Amino acid sequence: MKDYIIDIQHLSKSFGSKKVLDDINLYVRRGEFITLLGPSGCGKTTLLRMIAGFLQPDEGSILLDGKDIAGIPPHERPLNTVFQRYALFPHLDVYDNIAFGLKLKKTPEDEIDKRVRKVLKLVAMSDYEDRDVETLSGGQQQRIAIARAIVNQPKVLLLDEPLAALDLKMRKDMQIELKEMHRKLGITFIYVTHDQEEALTLSDTIVVINEGKIQQIGTPTDIYNEPVNAFVADFIGESNILKGKMLRDRRVAFIKHEFDCVDEGFGENVKVDVVVRPEDIYFTTDPAKCQFTAKVNSCVFKGVHYEMFVDTDTGYELMIQDYDPYPVGSEVMLYIDPDDIQVMKKERTENKYLGKVTGEGKVEFLGAEFECNTEGFENGEEVTVKIHFEKVDLLDHEDEAITTGHVEFILYMGDHYHLTIRTESGEKIWVDTNDIWDKNDFVGIKILPKDICLEKVVAANE
Amino acid sequence: MNKRSNWALPYFIFLVLFVVLPLLLIAVYALQDASGHFTLSNIGKFFSDGDSLSTFALSIEVAIENTILCILIGYPAAWILANKDYNKSAVTVVLFILPMWINALMRTLATAELFTMAGIQLGKGTLLFGMCYDYLPFMIYPIYNVLNKMDKSYAEAAQDLGATPGEVFRKVTLPLSMPGVWSGVMMVFMPTVSTFAISEFLTNNKIKLFGTIIQENINNSMWNYGAALSLIMLVIIGITTVLQSNDSEEANVGGII
Repeated sequence: MKDYIIDIQHLSKSFGSKKVLDDINLYVRRGEFITLLGPSGCGKTTLLRMIAGFLQPDEGSILLDGKDIAGIPPHERPLNTVFQRYALFPHLDVYDNIAFGLKLKKTPEDEIDKRVRKVLKLVAMSDYEDRDVETLSGGQQQRIAIARAIVNQPKVLLLDEPLAALDLKMRKDMQIELKEMHRKLGITFIYVTHDQEEALTLSDTIVVINEGKIQQIGTPTDIYNEPVNAFVADFIGESNILKGKMLRDRRVAFIKHEFDCVDEGFGENVKVDVVVRPEDIYFTTDPAKCQFTAKVNSCVFKGVHYEMFVDTDTGYELMIQDYDPYPVGSEVMLYIDPDDIQVMKKERTENKYLGKVTGEGKVEFLGAEFECNTEGFENGEEVTVKIHFEKVDLLDHEDEAITTGHVEFILYMGDHYHLTIRTESGEKIWVDTNDIWDKNDFVGIKILPKDICLEKVVAANE
Repeated sequence: MNKRSNWALPYFIFLVLFVVLPLLLIAVYALQDASGHFTLSNIGKFFSDGDSLSTFALSIEVAIENTILCILIGYPAAWILANKDYNKSAVTVVLFILPMWINALMRTLATAELFTMAGIQLGKGTLLFGMCYDYLPFMIYPIYNVLNKMDKSYAEAAQDLGATPGEVFRKVTLPLSMPGVWSGVMMVFMPTVSTFAISEFLTNNKIKLFGTIIQENINNSMWNYGAALSLIMLVIIGITTVLQSNDSEEANVGGII
């Protein structure tokens, strides 16, 4: 325990009825560079703001050096923040911006001078002390913002997407400098970003957050090589995410072929998701090594490697990255190493809701009334409703739709799309479809009566 | 002249007729004697006339007092209005602006009537009260505007760096809201110097302001001296405007509804 500088326990926060953080448990080791990574709106900034003290948690606690800091206002916390849009004081020059915190603490004049010059040197901005902050470029302002925070020698430095406003080249340079600063200062960094590449480059530990929940905590290599679910696999790097079946230990079937793998303990004939990184599918000319064949569909040069899309002999589309290009239209032999196959437990196998029979042949769930066979169920009875992913029809108009929603998340599974739809009632419905939808598309939802399967509630309770 | 700039023509004519021409007329009248000959005696008369000078000094004094009063009442009001914790709706802002929709003369007359009813002696106190009542919205609104638009992360950054709420206000919020204060000062100070109706009604003409003597001169057909006094005031307004805009480049971020 003594090594944890920050220990977050059962932290939850809601804005109105929306739960932005849900039972977050996380510890940060002293001197660590930890990154909170997730798409916008996932709650990562909220978490950072709670650590800084700008927001109060609804439930749970944040321990700093073993002490709960819930009641301590931000100005008394030994933490400093680098804000997303820098928030440099426009009425002060560079020197006074950096000296702001030290002056408040009544640090002696010559000490302030010494420390300001030292951090200016650290961020490579010496000679800029008299400049007006508004005359500085974005990158320079960012350096001053970092200098202003670290000059106070905080126990933890919080960085809220500090590089988001910079252009690509600048961002890359700053990444290297940040890493270097972290090494020199030995301060714990908590870094928030939605940029997975940035997270992989900078961090000792990555915390992947989605919809207010921690998805996975691990080193960059862990997260990249062994994503625990389809969201993490899709969010971090490029990946082929496919439906599969674990036949037995160390043997998995996907794209209608069987492969050796290294995963155990899933049981026999269990449905799983499989992730294969595009750089882990290898070309071979040796028929003995070949596991399956495919036809090259497209080939694009990406700078270091070529990115190819191939159609397998069994009709699945895969992305492959290789240093050598293969001509479009050519038949290729492919294989995957057992080590490179990441098998993940399926989070769900079908849509499942608690519904209510509202009349003869009518059932209510997802905030709407659907028609289905209600034989054997009484009016007003609560039932478990099950619908297979592929049995949900999505329409681009409202006319025949029973309810409506918006596309929230899209996952390509090699031969179909797995969509997460947020319905009007705020619930989610998962859909397998071959049609192409875009994120945030408005969709009408229709389910045929024969595809809605009802079950007694008691039987469905797990 | 291309087609698009033709659209500006009506406004140009308007400006010439109602702004430039009257200003020129004031200048011409100010520099003429009653028989129409060029002279500087009108302006000289002001600087040698003790009465005019003391009225002028009094006007400036009243204007400064009124401006300070407006800042003292207006700034906290604007701060509360712009603070989401205290004020959750835009309606309250409108309520503060609402009195401006009623004619200033009516308000002033009503105020004078109230003082009389309450048996309060009309004098400098009532004058300042009336002025402050009339001009307060002009101070509140620009300050409110600046505070409302101010990026909250400045205050958060200050807090993060160890500033107590009081220090956040003194070291960040207040200095960053100065452009709004300057806008308010411009909109309160200058009109106060030249006002005459308020002093007439609220002091029963006991206190004469600079605007009053201009009005009296013009009412008594002393066009040339009246014009000269107006010109002097215009020059003073001009100088303070220039000084003020040098002082803060963002003076115009305030503005009024």
